[in-house]
Amino acid sequence: MANTFRWYDFILPVVAVILAVGYALYVLNNPTDAMVAGFVTPDRIISSLITHLYLVGVSMALAILAAFPLGILLTRAGFRKFAPLVVGTVNIGQTVPSFAVIALFVGILGIGERTAIFALWVYSLLPILNNTIAGVSGVDRSIIDASRGMGMTRLNTLRKIEIPLAMPVIMAGIRTAVVINAGTAVIAAYVGAGGLGEIIVTGLTLARFQVLMLGALYAALVALMLDYMLGMVERLLPK
Amino acid sequence: MIRLENVSKIYPGQGEPVIENLNLEIQSGEICVLVGESGCGKTTTMRMINKIIPHTGGTIYVDGKDISTIDATELRLNIGYVIQEIGLFPHYTIEKNIATVPIEKKWDKQRIAGRVKELMELMELDYDAYAKKKPRHLSGGQRQRVGVARALAADPPIMLMDEPFGALDPITRMNLQNEFIRIQARIKKTIVFVTHDIDEAVKMGDKIAVMHQGKLVQFGSPQDILTRPTDEFVENLVGHNRILKRFSLIECRAINPSAAVYKLDSERAEIIRRIENFERTSSFPVIGIIDDDYRPIGYIPMFKYEAGDETPIEDRIKKIKPIQTIEDSATLFDALGRLFSSSERCVFRMEPGGRCTGIITMGDLFEAVRVNG
Ligand SMILES: Nc1ncnc2c1ncn2[C@@H]1O[C@H](COP(=O)(O)OP(=O)(O)O)[C@@H](O)[C@H]1O
Ligand SMILES: [Mg+2]
Repeated sequence: MANTFRWYDFILPVVAVILAVGYALYVLNNPTDAMVAGFVTPDRIISSLITHLYLVGVSMALAILAAFPLGILLTRAGFRKFAPLVVGTVNIGQTVPSFAVIALFVGILGIGERTAIFALWVYSLLPILNNTIAGVSGVDRSIIDASRGMGMTRLNTLRKIEIPLAMPVIMAGIRTAVVINAGTAVIAAYVGAGGLGEIIVTGLTLARFQVLMLGALYAALVALMLDYMLGMVERLLPK
Repeated sequence: MIRLENVSKIYPGQGEPVIENLNLEIQSGEICVLVGESGCGKTTTMRMINKIIPHTGGTIYVDGKDISTIDATELRLNIGYVIQEIGLFPHYTIEKNIATVPIEKKWDKQRIAGRVKELMELMELDYDAYAKKKPRHLSGGQRQRVGVARALAADPPIMLMDEPFGALDPITRMNLQNEFIRIQARIKKTIVFVTHDIDEAVKMGDKIAVMHQGKLVQFGSPQDILTRPTDEFVENLVGHNRILKRFSLIECRAINPSAAVYKLDSERAEIIRRIENFERTSSFPVIGIIDDDYRPIGYIPMFKYEAGDETPIEDRIKKIKPIQTIEDSATLFDALGRLFSSSERCVFRMEPGGRCTGIITMGDLFEAVRVNG
């Protein structure tokens, strides 16, 4: 059964936690100099991590709330023809480099959390939107035909048949979005929104490898862990 | 029960109608088969009846009511729907698939559970083995059984079936056809059955509607279609070997077998007498052997008896092969198929309970056509 877990399913999180805690302890106990010792504290690591997760979490939630219903709408009979237009538009947002997006919106939304969340939101839309559309329109026509022909309403067909069958593809889109989002979230530091990017930027500014490495390692592990956790959630969904 | 009056269909953006002035009346409790070449408009016609495709001209009546005045969902919940691709929901168990319409109709749980069991029994699907399985664990034939069970779930008076057995292998198809005919004799649904296969049409239909390029070219009983085709198109469709087609109009129960059947234990003396008295000129080249519960064991091919030949009866018996049986509701055509595919000289005719009611030889088939045709 796909729903039972084996010991090797837990290698990744265990290794990730060991790496994260181990490297943090190493830096805390063996800082290369006073500058590192002054900057790297348990409090700072934890608060950066929480801010990072907060930025990713909020922007992802908003992206799902926007892209999922939009994707569903764009697979409905009357709206299908707009799908290429909408996907194209969202695609532009995706293609513009993240720094450019941030720079553009600093002008409008100012420095801070809101700009960071907005940029991350823009970046997460496309994979979710694309996969929702692909997943729902990929459901076998004969299944929909049978469902409608037997008298299921449009809404029930969508709710009970199309969305559950499209779920693996939609989940894959959400996972892609999370990885992109968590990776991009380090640039939040440049608009003063904090997060793990702040540790990296500080490491660069101070030219301290230990600090830089700490931020980079944590940012990478967060992306990995979020993807891993979504993968687990997916496996727990009824097949 | 279902009446089409001057019905036409023009698909959006097309000038030419794909269905033109179609008139058709389907009586309660009858199977009406729509038959014709691919693309002649059978599926379109069928799907207009449950409003999956809106008709663009004329009127369709179901149960005396113009369907344009009936809500589509309500109409469909009372019409069973079976398609060639089956369209089972892959994420639902067999049980839940069958329960689809009852759930939509908000039946209570107990009633649904009872109905699902009843239907799986009807369609000869083992409840304990399959109810909790997903469709992907079933064979094509079993899946189509589930498809039919699902369509029958809320006991709709009308069924629409679009090439329901089209994707199955010939043996599975034949079994399902025969079973369905047997079930239909009991449940008496009004059925619109689409096929491009004239043999299937002749076998399944109480009435056959032959379609050609969106028009009805002949409507009548299978006998009518086979014996009095109205034009060259129908003539070509039914083919030139119409005698052979009549094979699929006669059921095996109508055969009067020429060969005898004996019980191995209680009629042993009789069997020995038959072997010893066999003449080459005899019209019975085989005798059938069954057990005392009428279960078939095999047959004995008859040869000229050499005096003193002590071969025991058991060694003379050619054991029955698995495909060497035929249900008495199957047609002569099916029996012919079994004869060929078993490459034996006879097949065992069986009652639904598993009792053998005689053995059928090639000669019996031709005699039955001569007598009943
Ligand atoms: N959705 C559609 N749009 C336009 N033309 C269609 C559509 N469905 C079927 N047709 C055309 O209508 C004709 C009849 O099709 P159909 O009813 O499926 O035939 P059959 O079931 O007899 O093979 C064909 O020429 C087919 O190309
Ligand atoms: Mg068709």
